[in-house]
This record gives sequence, structure tokens and C-alpha cells, in this order.
Amino acid sequence: MSGNQMADVLNTKVLIIGAGTGGYVAGIRCGQLGLETILVDASDGLGGTCLNVGCIPSKAVIHAANKFETVAKAANGGTLGITASKPSVDLKQTVEWKNGIVRKLNAGVAGLLKKAKVKVIKGWATFSDAKTCTVKTDDGEITISAEHVILATGSEPVELPFLPFGGDVISSTEALSLDKVPSKLVVVGGGYIGLELGIAFRKLGAEVTVVEMAERILPLYDKALTDPVTKWLEKHGVKLLLGAKAGGFEKGRLNVTTRDGEAVKLDADKVLVTVGRRPRTQGWGLETMGVAMAGPFVKIDDRCATSMKNVWAIGDLTGEPMLAHKGSAQGEVVAEILAGHDRRFDPVTIAAVCFTEPEIVSAGLGPNDVEGRDDVIQAVFPLMAIGRALAIEAGDDGGFVRVIASKTDHRLLGVQAVGQHVSELSNSFAQMLEMGAVLEDVAGVIHVHPTLGEAFHEASLRALGHAIHI
Amino acid sequence: MGRFVFKLPDVGEGTAEAELVGWHVKVGDMVGEDQIVADVMTDKATVEITSPVGGRVTALHGEPGQMLAVRGPLVEFEVEGAGNASADEPAPAPTPAAKAETAPAPAAKPEPAAAPAAAASGANYVFKLPDVGEGTAEAELVGWHVKAGDTVAEDQILADVMTDKATVEITSPVSGVVVATHGEAGQQVPVGGPLVSFKVEGKGNVSEAAPVPAAAPSAPAPKAETAPAPAAKAAPAKAAAKPVAEAFTTRAAGQRPLASPAVRNRARDLGIELQFVPGSGPAGRIEHGDLDAYVASGGRGSSVDGSSGSTYAKAEGTTEVRIIGLRRKIAEKMAESVRRIPHITYVEEIDVTALEELRAHLNAEAKKTGKPKLNVLPFIARAIVVALRDQPQINATYDDEAGVLTQYAPVHLGIAAQTPNGLMVPVVRHAEARDPWDTAEEIARVSGAAKAGTAKREELSGSTITITSLGTLGGVVHTPIINHPEVAIVGPNKIQERVVVKDGQMVVRKMMNLSSSFDHRIVDGHDAAVFVQRIKGLLEHPATLWMG
Repeated sequence: MSGNQMADVLNTKVLIIGAGTGGYVAGIRCGQLGLETILVDASDGLGGTCLNVGCIPSKAVIHAANKFETVAKAANGGTLGITASKPSVDLKQTVEWKNGIVRKLNAGVAGLLKKAKVKVIKGWATFSDAKTCTVKTDDGEITISAEHVILATGSEPVELPFLPFGGDVISSTEALSLDKVPSKLVVVGGGYIGLELGIAFRKLGAEVTVVEMAERILPLYDKALTDPVTKWLEKHGVKLLLGAKAGGFEKGRLNVTTRDGEAVKLDADKVLVTVGRRPRTQGWGLETMGVAMAGPFVKIDDRCATSMKNVWAIGDLTGEPMLAHKGSAQGEVVAEILAGHDRRFDPVTIAAVCFTEPEIVSAGLGPNDVEGRDDVIQAVFPLMAIGRALAIEAGDDGGFVRVIASKTDHRLLGVQAVGQHVSELSNSFAQMLEMGAVLEDVAGVIHVHPTLGEAFHEASLRALGHAIHI
Repeated sequence: MGRFVFKLPDVGEGTAEAELVGWHVKVGDMVGEDQIVADVMTDKATVEITSPVGGRVTALHGEPGQMLAVRGPLVEFEVEGAGNASADEPAPAPTPAAKAETAPAPAAKPEPAAAPAAAASGANYVFKLPDVGEGTAEAELVGWHVKAGDTVAEDQILADVMTDKATVEITSPVSGVVVATHGEAGQQVPVGGPLVSFKVEGKGNVSEAAPVPAAAPSAPAPKAETAPAPAAKAAPAKAAAKPVAEAFTTRAAGQRPLASPAVRNRARDLGIELQFVPGSGPAGRIEHGDLDAYVASGGRGSSVDGSSGSTYAKAEGTTEVRIIGLRRKIAEKMAESVRRIPHITYVEEIDVTALEELRAHLNAEAKKTGKPKLNVLPFIARAIVVALRDQPQINATYDDEAGVLTQYAPVHLGIAAQTPNGLMVPVVRHAEARDPWDTAEEIARVSGAAKAGTAKREELSGSTITITSLGTLGGVVHTPIINHPEVAIVGPNKIQERVVVKDGQMVVRKMMNLSSSFDHRIVDGHDAAVFVQRIKGLLEHPATLWMG
């Protein structure tokens, strides 16, 4: 056709909206399976929240903060026999280093998509019906019509109406690109994002206050798991205002109503608002697509199918847990279904990790889920009794591994841990749960010495009544 | 109490009306918020409509099959509080829930288990009739293998029960002394109801410690499930290592079967519900070998009961698909055409070698000229246009009730097109006034619109003769059905190189068959042949397509 009089219509088998960990993984898998695929994303770098302003950059900043803390300890009377002179941090350089990592990963994702022959279109997509969208690109508008649509638009930080983002009121996104360490940082919201960043900035030298409405930090985890984090915060002078409500921010001071109803004003150079994330359902024509919702999320079944034929949804858009690895697993499932396989998204567990100090891992059922049941065994093994933990200064902050299993057949129901570096144990927990292991299976796996993973082995032995090192 | 009128929400595709496919509720029902009240069908999908409120249904508007206007009243409720009936504003449009394939689950509801079954004194373990794996709510007790007072070992056969499909031996999950048997031969026993009470060593299950199958096994969607091995022993199972898979599993209803992801995926590929596969691993974990044994024992799918070693799953069950919406229109139209029109189908082969050379040349030039590439359809369209000049009665519609044949001066060419929803016939208007490139563009435009669902009404009606091309899929001959009330349809088949005899020599030529049907009331066989031969002559000498 003689192209240029009217907007081109691109027809494709699969159209994916959003290049986050859900969307780009779905794209690569579609490509591997030989499905003609177009991926649309409006951001500058492929990879979505996780890669650009979430998981990866926050881990980089946390890593830098840990390095700084170690040197600071060495300067402040020495640590492990090491002394150093007082360190300083140029956060601009730290952020530039972090940006370098992000750029590398952006390019990596782009390369993988290219290799999978996925056509990537940069621009904002707006749907006019369930199978058709118009993308505003730098080169004009493109209309795309697809046989299958995979929605992977992700989520965005929730804004408080009385504390809108802007100026010194920032979201996690801006917190990862500050040009200097704020001397006074107030974190509104004591969930995992706020605490991960609050702790990192504390290590970098900021005075940090956490304002949380609930009576505890990390209210989604059981108290035993979060106690070591609370202890760290207290020991390192992070002020915790629990049961407290943040108000407006004026002239460098944040209004807070404390648990007792007292109005106080907190000095703050920056106010970091981390009160949760919400699915990105606005501004791209979701309402024209005729898909059913489940609360704020798009409703899906165990194939990630929405209520509209051949429209699929994955990742944060579809509900809790809002985790990158859930989105990518769903993306693979959908791609395989589109290629004609019978697949279901039916994991036994999606393990979750908090990169706080110390770290928290939870997989499967927790104590709150089995409360009142007398058919389960719970056993805890402290990291204090693990040699490796002591050797890497991870033994004295109250860390432990806990297993929960069925009393009758010993099937593993859940595993949690808190402690330094325990995030790396998460996959071991998930594997055992997903493979349908019983306590005897964990007990029968020879765990390498000296590692933190031995605590999982010992906790399982303890549940069977014969732990060795306690 | 207030009255709440729920109006049919915008079903999301700019449609003004939708076909009511069926009700999920009736007058008098108590309905919860988000409960499905009805299925409606748009051109593109079936959508489940969920209730925006909780309340009692007081009126339903419309019957299945009827077209409903968007924003017209659908259901009236009696609700707590004020309702919306006096207000004019449209009902809060709840996003319709939908799932094309979800059938309202006729879940087999087991009767509530009879008396709490610790009935017999001294019993501390009650064995309930397990789900025998067919979505059945109850099974007939055929006979007992044990009686009260017997000492029974684990896995010993207790009773035979019969479902719709097979007799199943029920084995004991425990060792102990039978205190009581519940039911007599010939009696129906509800799944989940007590079968045998035991006295066992240790704690038993009556003190509710152990997970006993709950009264109601969460009946898994009744997917015509597997007959468990009809009498396990009859089948010389290949996996001899294990005691031949018991006919059923004693897994508690609702308890997730333990299995690794690889086993779960394989079971899915085999069409096996893991819920029904006995697991040999710790805690009843299902291993690959258990799947093999299950298949081998005829649990699911051996092609001849238990006798062959085939690992392919046997398919069972039926799926009812409502023929509604576009599919129904197609069905009606086809039936109407065949019922009214005596078809004569005439097939001729055409040597398109010269035409293909011309086409290749034009397409090679296309880069320079910027014109679109041509497939064979514009040429066939042109041949039809030219041939119709001599036979205007073929470019016509026939109203047999009025007895009038309307012949058309313009040629409005219907193009049968497969769309995601089924067959549609978009129309290229005034084919006689279009050059090949214009024809190609117009065919692409209207069939694209039809496929995308954006075709306008006038782009889908008013054709005077139709082309139906299955050429890209291959096929030697087909018998096209006339697009009533037209009187002719022309169907090119795939172009293929074939050996033909020409001047006494075998030569390879590009050949295309043309399968065309005519309304024999209007077009005699002779006329049909003349028409097709004219098309053949034009296509075999493509220059003549534009001569005069």
C-alpha cells in the first residue's frame, strides 16, 4: 500500500504493553517460541520499575551504603582490627555508578529482545478497544492491532493527597538519584521500600525518622521476623514513630500526629513517601478493553487470562504480591499458552525478600497463616549457632531460620528467615517448597559447611526433634 | 429497602447492544456483589456481567437470545438502603467480568455427610468414601469385603463401589479393627460420607486432629474425569515394581497434591488431574513413576482398557458451545443459501503461467513505481468484471419470493474473508472502475477492516457477486456456497506447478483450479461453463483483460 496518507496499522500476533520484568520476559519467551511480537514501552530504558528505579538500583545503593558503613566503623575506633580514616561519600558518584549498572542492564534487555526478534516500540500506548492501541512515538502515531494482548503495565508509587510528590517530598524513584545524602530524612511508611532506603541512608550518615501508621514496622510480616530489624533501627539511632500519622510538609518541617494525638513537627531535608504501590490502570485506555477488575487490580485466572478473550495480564497489574519474579514467571506462562501449551500459573510459593538490615525472607505459610492449628510443627534455628554467621558478623543480631511443616506427613508448608545475607537462602526455601519436600528431604540433603544455609538444615532437624548444634 | 436498577454496562467495544446469552440468577435469588448475573455476547466476545450490588433479584429484563441495549435495564434488585431506582444516572458500570469459556459450573454437590460418624462406640478412626475421581457425588455400594470385628491391614480391600463408569475397589488407609460398616450393598453412599469406622492403634482421626476428608470434597470442575483402574488387578500394569496403583487416592479433598513443577507440567500435558493420582513419595508426593503407573493402570487414557501400553491420554467428555452472535448469523446464512439455492458447481483448471509472469514483472516494477504489490485476486476480479459484460444475469441478486432478478450495472465484489470471529464478506464497491492496484488496495483495506472489527455496515453489504479464495491454504477443489441472494460465487484454488501436456510435450506450467458455484435456477450449466471459460480465456491471455 502507498503508506504515508494514513497512519500505518501494524498487525501482530502478540502485543505486550510494558517492558518491565513481566513484559520483557514474556516478550523474549514469545520470541523464542516463534510468535510475532511487538513490545511497547514509554520509558527511556527497558526493564521497567525493577531495573530502572526499583530492585536493582536500590540494591546498588544499599551495597554502597554497606561499604561506607564498614569504613566508617573502621574509622570510629576500628572494626575486626581494621582502622581507617574517616570516609566521605560523594553521592553523585555513587548514583553515577548505579546508573551505569542500570544502563548496562537496559542495553542487555534490548539485546535479548532483539535476539528474540521482538519488535520494540518506544512510546505511550492508548487502547481504543481490547485489541487495538495507538502508540505516540517520536516519529508519530502508530496503530497496532494484535491477536493477543499482554498487559504488563506494572505499578507506581502511591501519593498521599496531603503530601504530594515534588520538591523535597520524594518517592523511592527520586531517593535513588539524590545528589547528596540528606542530613535529615523522614520516611513516611515503614514498609519494605521505606525501610530498605531509610536504613541505607542511615548507614550513609543521614539522621532518619520513620513514621508508620501501624503499630509495627513491616506489618505484613510476623513480629518475630521483624524484631531484629527493629532492634537494628533502635541501636543505630533511627527514630521510629509508630501509630503515627504524617500530615503536610511546610518550610522544611513535616507535621506528624503521634500515637498519643500530639502534633509534632519534624525537621526534614527530604521526606521520602513510601506508603505502597498501586497498579497502573489509568491513562492508557484500560477502561475501553472490557476487562473485569478485582479491586484495584485487573482480574485474571490461573492462566493469567483476563475476562476479555485473548487479553492477558501479568505482574503488579494483577495483584499482590507485587514482585518482579512473579511477573516474569507469569510472562513465561502466558507466552507458552499463546504458543499452544497448556500451562497454569500455580506456584506453591512466591518467596519474598526484604533487603533491610538484617534481611528478611519469607516463603510459603507463616505463623500468622497457621495460627490456631494444632497440626503443624514450627521449629526455629538461630544463626547465632551457625559458625559461618559468627565469622561474617551475622550471628549477633537475632537472626534465625524457621520452618513450618505438617505434623501428620511432615510436608514443608513454609520457611522464613531473618539475618544478614539470608536473601540468598530464599531460592533454597522456594525450591524445597516447590518440589514438595518433607522435613526428611531437607534433613537428607547434605548442606555445605560452613554456610548460612546450614540453619535451614538444622531447623528442619529440629522440627524432627534431633537438631545437632543446639 | 430500596430498589436498584442495574443497567447493562458498556461492554467495552463501542457496541450499542449485546445479545443476552443466558441468566445466572432468577427472580427471588439473593445475589452478592460481584456475583455473575448474566452472560452477554458482543461481536467479539462473551462477557460475564457481574452484579454491582448485593440484594434480592426482583426482575430480569430479557430472555436468552434477545438483543439488549447498552444502558438498558438488565436486572432489578431490592437492596439495603436507598437503591438508585428514582435516580436517573446510569447504574455504576461495573467492569464486566467475562470468560468466554467458563461454563457455569454444575458443581456436583455432595449431600452433606450423614450423622457425624463416630457412630459406633469404640471407633476412633472414620474412613470416609473418598472422591472416586469422576466428579461424582455418590457411588453405589456393590459389596463389602470386610465386616465388623474384622482386623484389617492397610491397603486391604474394604468394599467395592460403582460409579457411572466403573467398579472401584476401596482399600483401607489404615490398619485396625472394623467397628462398623456404613451402608449396605445396593445403597448409594455420598462421597465424603462415612464408609467404615475403625478402632486403630494410637490417636485415630475422630478427634479431628488429622486432616480427614471434609464432608464436601471440593468437587473439582467436572471434567469428565478418569475412571480409576477398573479392578486394578485385571490390568497387568507395566510398572510392576509398585503395587498396582490403587483405584483411587485417599488424598483429602481440597488438599493440594504434592508434586514438583516438572511433574505438574507433565500431568497437565497428559491431561491428568493430579488430585486423582496416588503418590508414592513421602507425604503422598507424586513422582514421575506415579504418573506412569497411573496411565499404565488405565487410570486415565490407555487406548484399550488396561491392555495396551499406550501413554496417550484417553479423551472423555463433551463440550457444549452455544452458537451465538456472528457464528449463529453465519450458520443461518449458510443454511438459508443451501436450502433455497440449487447449486451447480463447475471446476476448471487455468494455466496462469503467463499471468504469473506478468504479475512478477509488475511486482518487480513496484519498487520503482511505488505501487502496491499485487496478488492474483485483482486479476481474477478484472476477469470477472469483463466476463460479466456478456452475462449480466450473473451479476445479480434473485428475490425468489417476488420472482425478480435484479441485474446490476456496477460490480460490487464480495470478498469472503476469515476473521478472528468467523467468515465475513466485506465488499469492494465498483470493481469495474478500479485498476489492479486500486483493487488490491481496496481488497486489503476492506478485509483488514473486517478482521479488525472496524468495518462499517456499508462495507459489509451490497455485494453483487463474491470471490472466495482458499488459495493460500492449498486445496484442489472446493464447492463454494453462494452468498445469498447473489447467484454466483467464484473460488480460486492454489496455484501450483503441474505437468501438463502441450503440443504433445509434457511441460511444467503454473496451474490454478477455479471452483465456482451458480444458482441453477438462474444460470444454466451451459451459461456457467461459458462464464468460467471466458474467465479462463482472459486469465490465460492476461493482455486481453484490458482490451476493450
